[in-house]
Amino acid sequence: MSTLNPAHPLGHAHSGDDAHTHHELSFVRKYVFSTDHKIIGIQFLCTTLLMLMVGGSLALGVRWQLAFPWKTMPIIGPLLFSSQGGVVPPEFYTMLFTMHATVMIFLVIIPILAGAFGNFVIPLQIGADDMAFPTLNMLSYWFMWPAIGFFMSSFFVEGGGAAAGWTSYPSLSAQAAAAPGSGAGQTLWLMGVTFVGVSSMMGSVNYMTTIINMRAPGMTLFRMPTTIWAMFITAILQAFALPVLTAAGFMLLMDRLVGTCFFTPGGLIINNAEPTVGSGQILLWQHLFWFYSHPAVYIMILPAMGMVSDMISTFSRKPLFGYKPMVYSLSAIAGLGFIVWGHHMFMSGMNPYLGMTFMLSTMMIALPSAVKTFNWLGTLWGGNIQFTVPMLNSLGFVSMFIVGGLSGIFMAAVPVDIYIHDTYFIVAHFHYVLFGATMFGVFGGIHYWFPKMFGRMMNESVGKVHFVLSFIGFNCTFFPMHLLGVAGMPRRLADPYNYPYLAHLLPMNQFMTYSAILMGFAQFLLLGNFFYSMFKGKKVGRNPWNANSLEWTAPSPPGHGNFDILPVVYRGPYEYASPLVEEDFLPQTRRLTPEQMAAVKPPATAH
Amino acid sequence: MRKAWSLFFLAAAVVAVAACWAAPGMHWWFPQKSPGGHAVSPLGNQIDDLFYLILVITSVTFIGTQAMLAFVLWKYEAAPGRRSAFTHGSHSLEVIWSVVPAGIMLFIALYQMDVWARYRIQSRFDPYAFEHPIAEVTARQFEWRIRYPAPGKTLQAKPQPDDLYTVNDFHIPLGRPVMFQLRSDDVLHSFFLPHHRVKQDAVPGMTIPVWFESTQTGEFELVCAELCGWGHYKMRGQITAQREEEFQEYLKKLSQSQFDDGVLAANAAGAQQAPAGEEKP
Ligand SMILES: [Cu+2]
Ligand SMILES: [Cu+2]
Repeated sequence: MSTLNPAHPLGHAHSGDDAHTHHELSFVRKYVFSTDHKIIGIQFLCTTLLMLMVGGSLALGVRWQLAFPWKTMPIIGPLLFSSQGGVVPPEFYTMLFTMHATVMIFLVIIPILAGAFGNFVIPLQIGADDMAFPTLNMLSYWFMWPAIGFFMSSFFVEGGGAAAGWTSYPSLSAQAAAAPGSGAGQTLWLMGVTFVGVSSMMGSVNYMTTIINMRAPGMTLFRMPTTIWAMFITAILQAFALPVLTAAGFMLLMDRLVGTCFFTPGGLIINNAEPTVGSGQILLWQHLFWFYSHPAVYIMILPAMGMVSDMISTFSRKPLFGYKPMVYSLSAIAGLGFIVWGHHMFMSGMNPYLGMTFMLSTMMIALPSAVKTFNWLGTLWGGNIQFTVPMLNSLGFVSMFIVGGLSGIFMAAVPVDIYIHDTYFIVAHFHYVLFGATMFGVFGGIHYWFPKMFGRMMNESVGKVHFVLSFIGFNCTFFPMHLLGVAGMPRRLADPYNYPYLAHLLPMNQFMTYSAILMGFAQFLLLGNFFYSMFKGKKVGRNPWNANSLEWTAPSPPGHGNFDILPVVYRGPYEYASPLVEEDFLPQTRRLTPEQMAAVKPPATAH
Repeated sequence: MRKAWSLFFLAAAVVAVAACWAAPGMHWWFPQKSPGGHAVSPLGNQIDDLFYLILVITSVTFIGTQAMLAFVLWKYEAAPGRRSAFTHGSHSLEVIWSVVPAGIMLFIALYQMDVWARYRIQSRFDPYAFEHPIAEVTARQFEWRIRYPAPGKTLQAKPQPDDLYTVNDFHIPLGRPVMFQLRSDDVLHSFFLPHHRVKQDAVPGMTIPVWFESTQTGEFELVCAELCGWGHYKMRGQITAQREEEFQEYLKKLSQSQFDDGVLAANAAGAQQAPAGEEKP
């Protein structure tokens, strides 16, 4: 209860009835406008899972057009475009991929990692009773909803939703005449992004403060689980990168609404409109956008890396290999992440010397990623591996992160990027990182912390089927994209087969679309399992996985205030298979007597 | 069912390698205009070499790490009564797997510099091509406009009355580097020649010099590779690489047809017929 004002004078001035509600919060205060980090985390999780289905449907629309160009699109076609025989027009296609990326990045991946897992896990793993600023935390969730509202309503305005790509490069995004989606839809898009930004910023401030100030006694920085480290570093990244995007968004809004010309050079005649005036720079937007959006790529994966490290150590029943190198490499990724944004702009016409420096820094950022991968393999080596659902998804993470990491080297190399830039090779790469790695990490995290959230287990068999179908569907959808990229197929074409040299790639695209449909339907298993298990899953105790970190010493689910016994931390979170104890795990809070400590000599092999 | 998960992850990696192995035979590889899908420009071939260099390095890493993953999942599957090794890491291993990849990445980066410099650093451009741009290419929704200088003249930044214009049809001479100025009239576009491995964004407000060289005659696709609006998919042009004489002939014909006002042609026809008429009687 520490998060509520304990001595509210008004509350005591009223009758005893008021004192009652003080403890028994009303439904609305408890589950809707809650300030409890766990409820907020679960709210974020449910919202983002819903948005995952929205973003997935948009992706299937894209896939349909690529597999069956200009054929009646199921459901959407007859509903919206019956006058054209259910065929979606090309401007609708450009809106589909723009909004797919927008929803997935701003409404799924960023909020599911920081919002859902960050919220739920941070106080529990550091032994705090809540976040530092519970009200701010509540606001960070509710600021998502205006953003969702703006994005969703943009589908219904004249010209439809934003269609300039999620990168929103001007002039397409700056001039209303440039495309149907560049009108009100683009304005709503920018406002939506602003609200997402404010929401993330509130979360970020909260996470940093909480992690710095509210750790349990004994929880030194280097006793924090890697999930906490990753969330901490991500919050710092957010805090430093996000203002740039927000400012750039405002500048673009000004260009659109009040006639400034930050991003508008003069003399452009767009779609027979009046020539533009001014002397703005198109490349300025790209620099500002990627100054945020490259770090955002890491905002979208670092938390998953931390979570996966926790899960792999737990289910290998073995200490995390190279804990400190893991932490240092997270920091290195975050630091280097600020000086590599130009690798998105090799072909943009910026000074070619910059291409060289950005290539060098980008190659160097592959290094910490390699270190992390080797350490995950090192953790598995010599372990006692339990193939639980969280573990399988974490292994999927490692397996696919390797692919995404290696394909990144191709595009980091500027000369090679001349050819593969803006082709499907890029699409393959970032889906391997953001879906193959991050989303599988998220799937793992959902199964891993579900018992803590609801006191019940998710169904193991359904979880395994979901993993297998998702993994197969994912790889069959996205691996061929590397080959499409090598074959020179550009992204964002409504009908690539218009080009004779791409015409023979249609069957492969159809195969990918079938795989995507399989993968899409597999997500219903996850949703079904999630909501069914919430009420009907097998009940479990505090520590179903025999894990070490603090959240597993709290009740499942933890009550308001989290811990019934104030946790005191004696060691790091990864003491699995310790020779000091009989069991193969040694919780951070378990106090050993000096006799117990001396009873077993550390084996000679350990170092 | 034991060891099944190891095999599951192994199978994914094996299928991936097999798909890449089979790709060239299935035409899932570089676009083919010449046998084997080689680039039809010298710089393009260097780019391909760098691509293959990275492909070898990444393939070795991919196979190594995936094999390692399958191996540990095979060997260390939980068994009753077993206990993990109690180790927190190894300093020497960390050093090795930091330093070795760092060296490799540094090598790749430095090794790539020269090709990039040749492609984009203006002081490295072919001097003749740099001083004699063959055309100005202006992208606009959704077409490519090409402006050549009149035969025998050099391209001026400002359009000249005797300039020659075509749309979506760009002719270039074979066997020498050619340079053109790339512009955009409205939004971003990107000039992409898949067979020549050339790509450069066309940026409103900027004029960007681009050069390439075709080593093969014929017609090649010109693709727009940067989203430019609803019609982005149909912004297709064509490059025709011709021998020098044919190219000069083409420009001459273009000039004739463009400045044909009916009078010129009639005069030419009259001039031809007049001597014939004189001879007759
Ligand atoms: Cu980036
Ligand atoms: Cu285009």
